[in-house]
Amino acid sequence: MMVFLQSLDWSPLIISLKTGVVATIISFFLGLFAARKVVKLNIRWKAVVDGILTLPMVLPPTVAGFILLLIFSRRRPVGIFLDSQFDIQVVHTWLGCILAATVIAFPLMYRNARAAFEQIDANLVYAGRTLGMKESNIFWRIVVPTAGPGIASGTILTFARAMGEYGATSMLAGNIPGKTGTISQRIAMVIQDGDYATAGFWVIVVLLITFLIIFVVNLVTGRRMKNVKRW
Amino acid sequence: MGIAVDIRKKLGDFNLDIRFSSDAKRIGILGPSGCGKSMTLKCIAGIEQPDEGSISISTLNEDGSSGRKLYDSDGRVNLKPQKRNVGYMFQNYALFPTMNVVQNIAAGLKISGEEKDARVKEMIERFHLQGLEKHLPGELSGGQQQRVALARIMAYKPDIIMLDEPFSALDQHLKERLQHEMIAMLEDYHGQVIMVSHSRDEIYRFSEELLVMENGSLLARGETQQIFEDPRTRKVASMTGCKNFSKAERIDNHTLRLTDWGIVLQLKRQVPEGVNCIGYRAHFFEPVWGQRKENCISFRLSGMDDLPFERRYYLKPEECGRQDADLICWFVQDNERKELDAKPQPDYLKLREEAVMLLHE
Repeated sequence: MMVFLQSLDWSPLIISLKTGVVATIISFFLGLFAARKVVKLNIRWKAVVDGILTLPMVLPPTVAGFILLLIFSRRRPVGIFLDSQFDIQVVHTWLGCILAATVIAFPLMYRNARAAFEQIDANLVYAGRTLGMKESNIFWRIVVPTAGPGIASGTILTFARAMGEYGATSMLAGNIPGKTGTISQRIAMVIQDGDYATAGFWVIVVLLITFLIIFVVNLVTGRRMKNVKRW
Repeated sequence: MGIAVDIRKKLGDFNLDIRFSSDAKRIGILGPSGCGKSMTLKCIAGIEQPDEGSISISTLNEDGSSGRKLYDSDGRVNLKPQKRNVGYMFQNYALFPTMNVVQNIAAGLKISGEEKDARVKEMIERFHLQGLEKHLPGELSGGQQQRVALARIMAYKPDIIMLDEPFSALDQHLKERLQHEMIAMLEDYHGQVIMVSHSRDEIYRFSEELLVMENGSLLARGETQQIFEDPRTRKVASMTGCKNFSKAERIDNHTLRLTDWGIVLQLKRQVPEGVNCIGYRAHFFEPVWGQRKENCISFRLSGMDDLPFERRYYLKPEECGRQDADLICWFVQDNERKELDAKPQPDYLKLREEAVMLLHE
């Protein structure tokens, strides 16, 4: 056992966690921003914009990965532009991991935030306005805290999804050990080699991390929900 | 001086079209739900935008009075709610649920930390919120929430205050006491206060000047007491709580035939042309035994409700030719009820001249 753990390459854990955290942070702010804008749209525009923003969640991840690859490939305009002007490479880099994870996980954040915003009593916003509060203050000090539980659960789901992303990541970032090799990709790889011990180990790690996060956040949001009846 | 509103707004089938100006300190807007009274307040506060018209207020401050345009479709003025300095109390108080009492009161204040603390402390004391500083709105009673909402508005020093059905979210037994409290708490506020309600008791207690609304337009306006005493139209009388109406035909300057009640009414005062209806409040009938007197209605008892401190009789006018005439409501207070119980059923109900309201439909 000790030998197994000592000989193990721990890099997938670090890469997955880093990717998950960064993608969640980006999705968090983009999701809140998008949700805030979409809530204000009229019904027709809402249907269109909401459809576009939700698309990555419903598409097969390989399709999303393919589209990302089309855009950012170093042989295509956007990819060439980023590479030559800013020295930024997306394909086969950690940046690709983040981009893939963000695109796939973002809709979860956006949809949860939107649902939470739509539950808010509009009078709270009106009250803030008549009290002279700036719109940004109303958003960050009233709307976001009031929508707290919904946003928190959106954030957990986003993190879990971003950390576990496989399809789009493998296409855009590839599986380069120590660089873009996430846990999900490592599991797929070692199973192909018939190494069920290593695969099983990583499966247990993923199960533990995911459960721990959900458990902790349930505790935190649960405290605010203590008045909710159990039935 | 005061507020001037002249706005129109179309919302589907509903048309708001209202025009008034007033310098009364306490203005009441009475009307059934959906009549546009809350919409009017929201337009003044800038939460909703009218299609056209203008809204302006003027306030009395240390330098004398100054007028401000809040909205004007011609001059293209449309101040944001943030710039209007209009205090708005929502039906459900709209306290920020994740902020405690102190944070709620301080939420809109744009003054330095020390001043802010002092202002909040002043409000806590003035609205008797000591000991509740750290409580969240969800932990407060309805009455306490209302005081926090009022404190939050007052801390902001608005030029004018809107109260949107302030008592409708409260239990019946709290309402009475809190209405009284609210009037007392508003006493040292020198600006105008506009209160919207569908309850005539609330409005009567609170307002000096009264606007009566229905279906988006103004039915009547004037001094509150004046409107309750002489509502002029049947609709307004009914909204001020008058229960009994009879169609009337004017015979001469002092006589009316009440066709729904089947009697001829003799009045000492002049009956103006155009009167075609009378109203009579349920508490003002006078029971008569034996000999019929002037202005007496003959009736048959149709039903009776005993309330804790009141009895309500529902009576069918006997001399009315029609079968579908409305029942007459006669409400009797507790002390009178005891006297009535000791006697047989009265033979007639007499209309007292001073309680007859001359109306047109």
